Amino acid sequence: MPKADPSPPRPVGAISDFGIDTTVRTTRQAGQDYVARLRGGELGSLPAVLGLIALVAVFWLLSDSFLTLDNTANLLAQGAGKMIIAMGLVFVLLLGEIDLSAGTASGVCAAVMAMHYVKAGNLLGGMGTTVFAVFAAGLLLAALLAIIMRIWAGAALSLLAVVIAAVGVPANAWYSAWVEMLLAVCVGAAIGCLSGFLVSKIGMPSFVVTLALFIAWQGVILQLIGEGGVFGIGGQHVLFDVANGSLSVNASWALFLIAAGGYAAVVLGEHRMRLRRGLVTAPTPVVFGKVGTVAVLGALATLALTQNRSPNPDLVTIEGVPYVVPIVLALLAAGSYVLNRTRYGRHIYAVGGNAEAAKRAGINVSKIRASVFVVSSAVAAVGAIVYSSKVGSVDPQAGGLNTLLFAVGAAVIGGTSLFGGRGKISHAVIGGLVLAVVENGLGLLHQPAAVVNIITGLVLLLAATVDALSRRRSATVGG
Amino acid sequence: MSEPILRLTGVNKSFGPVHVLHDVDFAVWPGEVTALVGDNGAGKSTLVKSVAGIHTADSGLIEFRGKPVTVHSPRDAADLGIEVVYQDLALADNLDIVQNMFLGRERGTPWLLDEASMEQAARETLASLSVRTVKSVRTPVSALSGGQRQTVAIAKAVLWDSNVVLLDEPTAALGVAQTRQVLDLVRRLAEQGIGVVLISHNMADVFEVADRIAVLYLGRMVAEVPTDEVTHSQVVELITAGRSGDLGLARPESAAI
Ligand SMILES: Nc1ncnc2c1ncn2[C@@H]1O[C@H](COP(=O)(O)OP(=O)(O)OP(=O)(O)O)[C@@H](O)[C@H]1O
Ligand SMILES: [Mg+2]
Repeated sequence: MPKADPSPPRPVGAISDFGIDTTVRTTRQAGQDYVARLRGGELGSLPAVLGLIALVAVFWLLSDSFLTLDNTANLLAQGAGKMIIAMGLVFVLLLGEIDLSAGTASGVCAAVMAMHYVKAGNLLGGMGTTVFAVFAAGLLLAALLAIIMRIWAGAALSLLAVVIAAVGVPANAWYSAWVEMLLAVCVGAAIGCLSGFLVSKIGMPSFVVTLALFIAWQGVILQLIGEGGVFGIGGQHVLFDVANGSLSVNASWALFLIAAGGYAAVVLGEHRMRLRRGLVTAPTPVVFGKVGTVAVLGALATLALTQNRSPNPDLVTIEGVPYVVPIVLALLAAGSYVLNRTRYGRHIYAVGGNAEAAKRAGINVSKIRASVFVVSSAVAAVGAIVYSSKVGSVDPQAGGLNTLLFAVGAAVIGGTSLFGGRGKISHAVIGGLVLAVVENGLGLLHQPAAVVNIITGLVLLLAATVDALSRRRSATVGG
Repeated sequence: MSEPILRLTGVNKSFGPVHVLHDVDFAVWPGEVTALVGDNGAGKSTLVKSVAGIHTADSGLIEFRGKPVTVHSPRDAADLGIEVVYQDLALADNLDIVQNMFLGRERGTPWLLDEASMEQAARETLASLSVRTVKSVRTPVSALSGGQRQTVAIAKAVLWDSNVVLLDEPTAALGVAQTRQVLDLVRRLAEQGIGVVLISHNMADVFEVADRIAVLYLGRMVAEVPTDEVTHSQVVELITAGRSGDLGLARPESAAI
């Protein structure tokens, strides 16, 4: 940008005219501001956090086995797959769009990954010539569309999928499981290129495009796996460990140090810089309080999860933080960084808040709109890896049933608005935890699926109501 | 006066069957305030958007500093140093003041925005506009009043080192004091050599700050005259009837001669 300097020479005295603009607030003021924001309808993830605490308390009272270490670790692994899909969906929801196909698209990724493993890297043999040709052509088409839209990452990943599919990887090499997981993510990105193109370039409503694709991908999964078939992946220890394995005790503490230390370094560093340069920032006690809370809670969780949680502690030892925790934390950090610190993230919020304003600011709205589908599908593929690993197999129902609705529900329950413009990656994590607790807790109480579904639906309805009401509220407060 | 910094010749614009701009000629001189007036629906905003790259004119020539240019996107306009304050403001409600002011032209690298420098620049610009009522530059725009939003939209336009600033009814939502500030600002911008276009329905404001007045009537440019050569009532007549004495559209009889 050549013209980045504030143009008119500023009268020196004018700064004081801006006297009400305060950069440093006291803790009291910050508290008052927070209450004012809540009253204005900006609830964020507060309802979800309160709901989570309440749910945990209720299940703890009703079931002895709920708050056990074993069940807690299990709950995290159970919920992680949908939670991760929800994290990708936040990008789509931020634009006020919806990706109904994220669930079954993730199932396609899981099926391709599992077939690659089961058929020892020979997708051509596994699919048959015709299907393989269609599969490869689809990937190439996705790459082409991505190039047309100038979404280079999408194009690169789609082409990489073609390469992996064509080359074939020896089944028992130490790296083959990693290649399989990479293939899943690449296929996810390619799927996102297709839906993104249809939504943003052809201009169909995302609801219709992704509803059609939702059904189509279900057919693709069935084609790949076959009626009544199932691909077992539990025999591959890397694929199996993703959702079932844990870090060693030492690695668990290392993770805690890296995660909590990194968080503290980023937050405190930023705060110091803002104070020094006289910029708007939260009061210092609040910042320290936040960092301290994260550190203490993280330490407690690590301490708990590094105990032996085996049901038969004398026979086997199960200890350490489950792998899904660092996976979710890494995606959380990456997603928050992209949304908050990069130009791309800023433009996503802008397009979601006011697409016309974004267009007038010179933002390529249609590219942003297409790209979020690529992100969503690629992240959904990561979710697919996790949930497939949890059950140790991929069947024709993979990613079907309630997967998508739970993922959307997680994002919305966490506080992401369905109307676009408002949301964070962390909302998907909190909302995902709420749903995982509901599912797991009701299961422990031996409630039938009917009750689980009804209660989950009601929780989601409640969250959507909060979203709609707070939106109405902020519309009336902000004139 | 030298040459216009921006000149439109024979610009036409239709939306489907609706022909909004008919062979419009319009010029903006550096260091001058040109008022663009006309009744509701005359095509003022459409003209501004054609210059801003939101709409592309169907035909006609746009010259910048004497050279023909194409303005097909807001980026093209920004690259020429053309800034616009839109009538409908074009702010993203969910972003804060700083984020809105730098939207599309964020400082820093694509992978790491320079929030600190953006915040400081935004605060300085707002200070120069004497915005007393905003609590913090990190307030989301959704929490601002109509007048505060308007000030942010104006600040967004003057933040950049621009050559031409077009303001589409910038005082419509403002109180007395803030209107005063905006009018002063309009003059100040012109004194810095910027070509300023002010769209307004308020004749008193127009006569106070404008050097020239251009009148659009049903999509036709009927007069472009120095302010001191016309009276209030002549301009009103031009706006409502398209002509006033010798000015404006020719009478049907005289056109026949
Ligand atoms: N995007 C559009 N599609 C179709 N017609 C449009 C569009 N934008 C403007 N018009 C029409 O063009 C004409 C001129 O509109 P414009 O907004 O330029 O008027 P204006 O002079 O700015 O009026 P006002 O003083 O009310 O702001 C109107 O008849 C309007 O209906
Ligand atoms: Mg207008």
